[in-house]
Amino acid sequence: MTTLTLAPLARMARQTREQLNVKHLLHALGMPLLGLALFLLLWQGAASSIDTSLGKFPGPAAVLEQFDNLWAEHLNERARGEKFIAAQEARNARLLAENPGAEVSIRPYVGRPTFVDQIGTSLLTVLSGFVLATLIAIPLGIVTGLNRHVHAALNPLIQVFKPVSPLAWLPLVTMVVAALYVSEDPMFQKSFVTSMITVTLCSLWPTLLNTTAGVAAVSSDLQNVSRVLRLPWLTHVRRIVLPSAVPMMFTGLRVSLGIAWMVLIAAEMLAQNPGLGKFVWDEFQNGSSQSLSRIMAAVITIGLIGFLLDRIMLLLQKKASWDAN
Amino acid sequence: MTRTQLELSGVSIEFPTPKGPFLALDNVNLKIAEGEFVSLIGHSGCGKSTVLNIVAGLLQATRGGCILDGKEVSEPGPERAVVFQNHSLLPWLTAYQNVELAVQQVFRKQMNKAQMREWIIHNLELVHMGHAIHKRPGEISGGMKQRVGIARALAMQPKVLLMDEPFGALDALTRAHLQDSLMEIQRDLNNTVIMITHDVDEAVLLSDRIVMMTNGPAATIGEILSIDLPRPRNRVTLADDPAYNRYRQAVLRFLYEKQRKVTDLPVKRKREGMESGKAPVKAAADTTGDQGQARSALA
Repeated sequence: MTTLTLAPLARMARQTREQLNVKHLLHALGMPLLGLALFLLLWQGAASSIDTSLGKFPGPAAVLEQFDNLWAEHLNERARGEKFIAAQEARNARLLAENPGAEVSIRPYVGRPTFVDQIGTSLLTVLSGFVLATLIAIPLGIVTGLNRHVHAALNPLIQVFKPVSPLAWLPLVTMVVAALYVSEDPMFQKSFVTSMITVTLCSLWPTLLNTTAGVAAVSSDLQNVSRVLRLPWLTHVRRIVLPSAVPMMFTGLRVSLGIAWMVLIAAEMLAQNPGLGKFVWDEFQNGSSQSLSRIMAAVITIGLIGFLLDRIMLLLQKKASWDAN
Repeated sequence: MTRTQLELSGVSIEFPTPKGPFLALDNVNLKIAEGEFVSLIGHSGCGKSTVLNIVAGLLQATRGGCILDGKEVSEPGPERAVVFQNHSLLPWLTAYQNVELAVQQVFRKQMNKAQMREWIIHNLELVHMGHAIHKRPGEISGGMKQRVGIARALAMQPKVLLMDEPFGALDALTRAHLQDSLMEIQRDLNNTVIMITHDVDEAVLLSDRIVMMTNGPAATIGEILSIDLPRPRNRVTLADDPAYNRYRQAVLRFLYEKQRKVTDLPVKRKREGMESGKAPVKAAADTTGDQGQARSALA
């Protein structure tokens, strides 16, 4: 009896849930797609009415075409590289066959870096800079957070250096790297080191500030627990202070990585580090009819990679933080 | 009664304020015997927590001092384990790991790994938390968190167990459960316990003696009431016990007639923060006893 009377109710409930699901799907998928479509329309409309010295501003179609071109160029370059290596190996094998004592030279293929290579370089640079920033910011943040005297001493410096643009740092970093980083056979290119250090200088502040705040804000209850247990200082820091600061640290790291990626493009442009920034700069200097659409392709790529990096950080944050849900 | 284990003599404490020193406690004298269960009761802001923190070593008395087994207390230590009001578990550790942190610190030299493990589980089972030892504080209820907090304190094998309103934040039923658990544990282990409470029934039910504090500033001990009810005590049968009700009335009379809070101004409430105004409400919403009585005492 009850089931009979309840059945329509249950069906209704299910129906509303399905409706809700459809609504939810429309909202979660439909709206972004709508936004994207409107943006593309607007872009197309605006692009066709902008005339530059390099021709019309590229619309979505032109940019999409450039993505194809860039990929094709990459494959082409790879093929040439493989051909070069194969030819070299064949030649060396022949030389060795004729004269087993012959000195053969093995040279790597030095081709033009393709768009994909440049993405790789950019990622490597930003990650190196970010890791370096983290290695500086977290220990320093822990010390500043633990000791209010150190905090008082460093805080003005942090506040002053935090807002400095990468463009201001770059000339100094370039000169310092040129002066100090001298070796016969450098492990990294100077331009790489310059970009990396610039990224570090600009991206360490959020991590530093958040680590400081997180470490300083350990709840007094937990500190009392530690005092009652008479935890030695190091254990106190390791078991109480650091874990409780982890969520704040990760928030800082996420912001830092975002800044690192933004700064990198500017740094590469000026330092001529073979990454996406240099790609944009070269295309700008190149000034061909395709340049603008290639730059636009780079802009979109930069955006997508930045978004991806942020998502990865978010994932790590959820893994590492005890308070994340 | 056995020998005196803990002695507070002439304890006074002043806190510096911009307007000059504020005398929070004045000349508190108290002797507590081994295995005794003592409750501190009084209105908000009367310095109950301050007394407890001085015994814990978290605060230092300005004058006088606290002596435990012939030695003056000068810093916190695990022989005076504290159960904090809001459990104070480390949120990133499981129940087991929270107790483990304490056990590792206290019994590093006496126990091997297997013994520690056994001891940790034993203590969690003692508070009926054996089923959830690998849960984090965020995954268990408030009552369960408080149980883990108690297990952590018990696992230190303290000479004195200090409890700062351990059940204050819990609902009435959970509180009653935990009170029963605590009585059981106290019967088995015979710990010396000092407990702060706002709850008159809780105080009478659990204590050997109730220490009633006068209102601050310069708060001190007003009266001490010995509760000579046979143990084990049962909250249901005690509800009709004339002796039990006499004790309750004595405490209520002290709190709401002799030490009635007349200066309960909004300004003061604000300064006292969360604690303020809680006492009368809680007493009126008493869990076990006759509610009408508590209300009439309030009126």
